[in-house]
Amino acid sequence: MSTAAEAAGREREAPYEGPLLDVRDLHVEFVTRDGVARAVNGVDYSVRAGETLAVLGESGSGKSVTAQAIMGILDTPPARIPRGEIRFRGRDMLKMGKDERRRIRGRRIAMIFQDALSALNPVLSVGFQLGEMFRAHQGASRAEARAKAVELMDRVRIPAAKQRVNDYPHQFSGGMRQRIMIAMALALEPDLIIADEPTTALDVTVQAQVMDLLAELQAEYHMGLILITHDLGVVADVADKIAVMYAGRIVETAPVHDLYARPAHPYTRGLLDSIPRLDQKGQELYAIKGLPPNLLRIPPGCAFNPRCPRAQAVCRGEVPELYPVAEDDGRPLEGRGSACFFWKETLHDR
Amino acid sequence: MPDIHDEGPYEPRPKPGVSRLDYAGEQGMAVEQETLVERDVEKREEARSLWGDAWRDLRRRPIFLVSAVLILLLVVMAVLPWAFTDADPRRADLVHDYLRRPDWGDFFGAGWFGYDAQGRSIFARVVYGARASITVGVFVTAAVTVLGGLTGMVAGYFGGAVDAVISRIIDIFFGIPLLLGSLVLLNAFSTRTVWSVVIALGVLGWTQIARVMRGAVLTVKQSDYVVAGRALGAGTGRLMFRHILPNAIAPVIVVATIALGGYIATEATLSFLGIGLQDPTISWGIDISSAQKVIRTAPYVLFFPAAALSVTVLAFIMLGDAVRDALDPKLR
Amino acid sequence: MTVEGTTPNGATALGAAVPQEAAFAQEVPRGEPILEVRDLVKHFPLTEGVLFRRQVGAVKAVDGVSFQLEKGETLGIVGESGCGKSTLAKVLMNLEQATGGSVRYKGEEISRLSGSALKAVRRNIQMVFQDPYTSLNPRMTVGDIIGEPFEIHPEVAPKGDRRRAVQDLLDVVGLNPEYINRYPHQFSGGQRQRIGIARGLALKPEVIICDEPVSALDVSVQAQVINLLEQLQGEFDLSYMFIAHDLSIVRHISDRVGVMYLGKLVEIGSDLEIYDHATHPYTQALLSAVPVPDPAARESRDRIVLTGDVPSPANPPSGCRFRTRCWKARDRCAEEVPLLASPSWLRGAAFHASACHFAAERETGQGAAEREGTA
Repeated sequence: MSTAAEAAGREREAPYEGPLLDVRDLHVEFVTRDGVARAVNGVDYSVRAGETLAVLGESGSGKSVTAQAIMGILDTPPARIPRGEIRFRGRDMLKMGKDERRRIRGRRIAMIFQDALSALNPVLSVGFQLGEMFRAHQGASRAEARAKAVELMDRVRIPAAKQRVNDYPHQFSGGMRQRIMIAMALALEPDLIIADEPTTALDVTVQAQVMDLLAELQAEYHMGLILITHDLGVVADVADKIAVMYAGRIVETAPVHDLYARPAHPYTRGLLDSIPRLDQKGQELYAIKGLPPNLLRIPPGCAFNPRCPRAQAVCRGEVPELYPVAEDDGRPLEGRGSACFFWKETLHDR
Repeated sequence: MPDIHDEGPYEPRPKPGVSRLDYAGEQGMAVEQETLVERDVEKREEARSLWGDAWRDLRRRPIFLVSAVLILLLVVMAVLPWAFTDADPRRADLVHDYLRRPDWGDFFGAGWFGYDAQGRSIFARVVYGARASITVGVFVTAAVTVLGGLTGMVAGYFGGAVDAVISRIIDIFFGIPLLLGSLVLLNAFSTRTVWSVVIALGVLGWTQIARVMRGAVLTVKQSDYVVAGRALGAGTGRLMFRHILPNAIAPVIVVATIALGGYIATEATLSFLGIGLQDPTISWGIDISSAQKVIRTAPYVLFFPAAALSVTVLAFIMLGDAVRDALDPKLR
Repeated sequence: MTVEGTTPNGATALGAAVPQEAAFAQEVPRGEPILEVRDLVKHFPLTEGVLFRRQVGAVKAVDGVSFQLEKGETLGIVGESGCGKSTLAKVLMNLEQATGGSVRYKGEEISRLSGSALKAVRRNIQMVFQDPYTSLNPRMTVGDIIGEPFEIHPEVAPKGDRRRAVQDLLDVVGLNPEYINRYPHQFSGGQRQRIGIARGLALKPEVIICDEPVSALDVSVQAQVINLLEQLQGEFDLSYMFIAHDLSIVRHISDRVGVMYLGKLVEIGSDLEIYDHATHPYTQALLSAVPVPDPAARESRDRIVLTGDVPSPANPPSGCRFRTRCWKARDRCAEEVPLLASPSWLRGAAFHASACHFAAERETGQGAAEREGTA
């Protein structure tokens, strides 16, 4: 750990023992003119300091909506949170006042968006936007703020930071802009960073650079990281544990190695199987049949049942909870859960 | 269940040549269809065009309903004024004193809104005045939409030199204030009828629509479906009228609807200034003008034609707003 | 699918399937080039001045690309954004006029065609677009969208048969033929892409250019569409040019793969050669950067992290365009443009060409060791 990070650590309060962020039974709905879209239907997850949780899901799985609910940046209406708790360091943010929440947002929990160009203000220089964080939150002077902006740009390895500090967002390439976003998120040394598809808009060679940088800084600052993505490859590279979401629910949780080696939910298994593999050349790819559900009419029972190769009558009638996954001899597999009645069978497939 | 293992974990996809019964849209619904809810939804799903969606949405908006009823009433009034009143709007009978207050008891009768300085029934004049206003509004809007729509489309579609020339012409016309320009133009007519007002406003008003249309066409032209049409070998006419026009027309409809109210107001202003319609044409503008003389003693002589004008203009602006909200692509 | 060619040109009666240009009708046996691209160039001029425009430079989007597409094969084109792969597709589709070079379809030059001759070629080369949400006209029904090719080329299907033909096409791409009267917004992304594919198939083309056909789709739906494309290729004997940035999907579907960087093809070869025996540094860096969905490989990976950004195509580096980011770059790379050629030690081996002066496989790779053993 560098001296800068140590200095930062000293300023912080004593390390919090429990999970930094603890989401409990979160529900989010959107009122549309065609009805109520149930985007998030009871999500539980938690992140500790220094830990990376990857939330994996397709569009409409509720992965981004959950993050927006945590950040408190959902538009209400049309969104509403009928139930649930979002505990940050043990305190429910949904019960906090507006001001208290705003103090947490940005300072304690920061977010990195997919589209850096639209997340940065086009008419202000990046140096000003970075410096603004220090001026607004720490009352830094103009010169101090500028020096800190340059320091931050150096930290995220933007070449010639001193010369480029007065440049505008459009003068940077996509990868560099995403670095500026990261710098902005890091500015106030938050406890937790939520990265929503941070590399999806980038080219593969740049993707690798940005992901490496993010992982490195996370370790250095000992932050919690929630990585929201649809890319199984990115997840495998950086995550410690994974939560797979489908139709607004977590269908499987597992440490990263276990998930790829032995998925315990048919959806996870289908996703992994549909990745083209070398030995499948010239053959048909495995495809999960059917379409992702319409959130206005999520199928009764297990939301995945119409697409599931394993579906039985019970899957249509009852909603499976997240069952703890264990070996045959009853030895529990730590950190693993599957919202499937047939997790045992699924675990043994392949 | 053991038999799942026996069958192999995955269903084979249908092979070429075999009748495909497992359609992409239904693969996932094979099970869902057992539930009644889903089948109802399927039925409702039948062919919903974007125009149909907008119409369904529009019908639910109170603003639309209010403005539509008002406009319908005005149009009927313009076409069949005698259905509303037996009184003759041109019959001047000085027996009727303009200083007498409106007779609320004379429901739909000649004296309902009172009489003007020349002893004419104000109610009848308000009813008959709708025709001039609606005619001017509708025909100017139609002319402007066709003229401006076509030029804007040509400019946007062909671009380059064509666009440069058309855009400069638009700029020149845009520099002429509508009211001032039509004052000058109308002076060239020896006798001014509804049609001379339509021509004057049409000649000066098309640039607004042309600009809107050009902008919309420029956006739509970039769409992948237009590129796809070109890749199929579609000609200019097909690209313009089948692909671009239906997708670029929405903002034009909104602007034209709102402008319609504006043209009615402009006509009234011109008539008020004595340069628009002339007697014996019945126009709210003329009546407002002549009511000025008695405004201190009998304000209601001014009030009723002015109120009719305001309500009409407001109705079209409200309609335009409602249509804009219904057509807003951001909502879908 | 049948190849017309026997009907004389004069009989243009409605309903008869008649080729417009006899040259396009000759049969090409499998394995022969159906599309030959030579030194293709597309520059977009950069102009200055309002009234008197003068050219001050050009964005060299495609700058001297040569390859051929064989009958029945799938040629994958990979590269990062701005490498010119989408412009290449547009030029091949005649949606953009080529600045230079030639495109031959069955031996016939097509890059300078216009009017009815161009329209005739369009029947044989079709395209599937990236974004299924913007590539279908939202105001037209699915039946109108898929039936439009028949309206533009009435000789393909007689008027009375069109509805039936459209329903057949819906069936072929795995959509319920009863959906013919629905509108695009009533379908999901994957279903829309099927509609786009059906439109591309309507004219019974021989070549389909797929520009990122699955990148806008959900992961679970991508495999469905890839399977459909592969199945249709067998069924209708199609040749695909498959442009994508997802290297694992390109590998799965392609027989040969070309890698583009800054308007040039830097390496081309069979899928095996490119993925396991890449010799161009850029290809190697690209492959090493792809996230592998296997956490076990996390530690053992040896990733080449490129420095810097892609230079502007308006002002590309002299010599080799990759030299500014290449760890092998020497003086020669700045002076001499490397040609797309097979490395000398590869002569006679499987077709594989690399545009690098110092083309060599990565030392660390397993493939390199194997190759050295046999050489």
